Amino acid sequence: MVNKERIWELMEEVFDPEVPVLTVVDLGVVREIVKIGDSWKITITPTYSGCPAMKRIEDDILEKLAEHDVHNVSVELVLAPAWTTDWLSENGKRKLKEYGIAPPVDEVDKSVLFAEPPTVPCPKCDSKHTKMVSQFGSTACKAHYQCQECMEPFDYFKCLK
Amino acid sequence: MNTLFEYLVRLGDDSLILGHRLSEWCGHGPILEEDIAMTNIALDLVGQATSILKYAGEVEGKGRSEDDIAFLRYEREYKNALLVEQPNDDFGVTMMRQFLFDAFRKPLFEQLTQSSDEQLAAIAEKSLKETKYHLKHSAEWVIRLGDGTDESHDRVQSALNDLWRYTDELFFTDEVDADLEAKGIIFSSEELKASWSEMVKNVLNQATLTIPDNGWQHDGGRRGLHSEHLGYILAELQYMQRAYPGMEW
Repeated sequence: MVNKERIWELMEEVFDPEVPVLTVVDLGVVREIVKIGDSWKITITPTYSGCPAMKRIEDDILEKLAEHDVHNVSVELVLAPAWTTDWLSENGKRKLKEYGIAPPVDEVDKSVLFAEPPTVPCPKCDSKHTKMVSQFGSTACKAHYQCQECMEPFDYFKCLK
Repeated sequence: MNTLFEYLVRLGDDSLILGHRLSEWCGHGPILEEDIAMTNIALDLVGQATSILKYAGEVEGKGRSEDDIAFLRYEREYKNALLVEQPNDDFGVTMMRQFLFDAFRKPLFEQLTQSSDEQLAAIAEKSLKETKYHLKHSAEWVIRLGDGTDESHDRVQSALNDLWRYTDELFFTDEVDADLEAKGIIFSSEELKASWSEMVKNVLNQATLTIPDNGWQHDGGRRGLHSEHLGYILAELQYMQRAYPGMEW
């Protein structure tokens, strides 16, 4: 018989389809696991409203649990409290950097127009001499930067608060 | 009338139709970064429409999904504001339309985070974080273009002149709003308009643009009376479900 700890362990084996170096636990997408009678309810929350990965994450969770003979599972999507990059684990931030994506840094107030974008160190050479190319990147959760030292173009996992 | 359902359809249709409009830029942006930016914003808006219309279906209680509501209504049943269905035209027109809309949605979502309806408050809290990015993006472009070259200034001034007549409708209220305001589900439209006006005046001033002096304002969208443009949008939006009813992939 599996217990809750075991289910959490198994969630550490489910990876985000768009940033496959992170697990859904690192990302903070899995909010709660509860047992109701003989079945399990797993609550997840989207990073962005239009995140196209949510259905895939739900399917991957069910598949992972089924592999370990856990079948009575429902996955529920909740919006509140709204996801924030603060929920990204320290381990997750380290893995992002190793993968070549700069993890979120504390960001400037978005109500200030033309404010200097945050200084994001290059994930390859650690130089702080980098430049934001675009606020909007390859997925909803990323911005596009380029390092001015080693010239590496890189994704920045942008801050959402 | 189910006033909450009606309100959610108005809110959701604004996101759906503007999301569709922005998606038309995919592959046509003036530069790659803007192509990606507009499609990112389109994705956020369609995502918001999904949450809002899904909840509308639950509130209605007739078993309609968000897809049923998005794809299987007739034109008169869409309740979006006329502003969001206006054509993309050039990049300046698209950014001006986006700015006038974002400047409305940010204070709207700020209000709705306090809604007595928990699910609506949750949707607002989620959407607000995204809308802050959208507003920063569109406001900066309006300033950049307005205070740019003679050509860019003239084009966005002309966009403002054309679109201004659709702005009052954003603050349209009727018995739906009155009922929901009495229940603490939504809040004062006047306060919303005050926040919007302050933001719009500030940005247009920095952009060296002039608010047009015409009194005439359109409305009708919230009652299902649309400009000619919505029909063409729906023809494309609904094509697959109309040609192959119930298809899934």
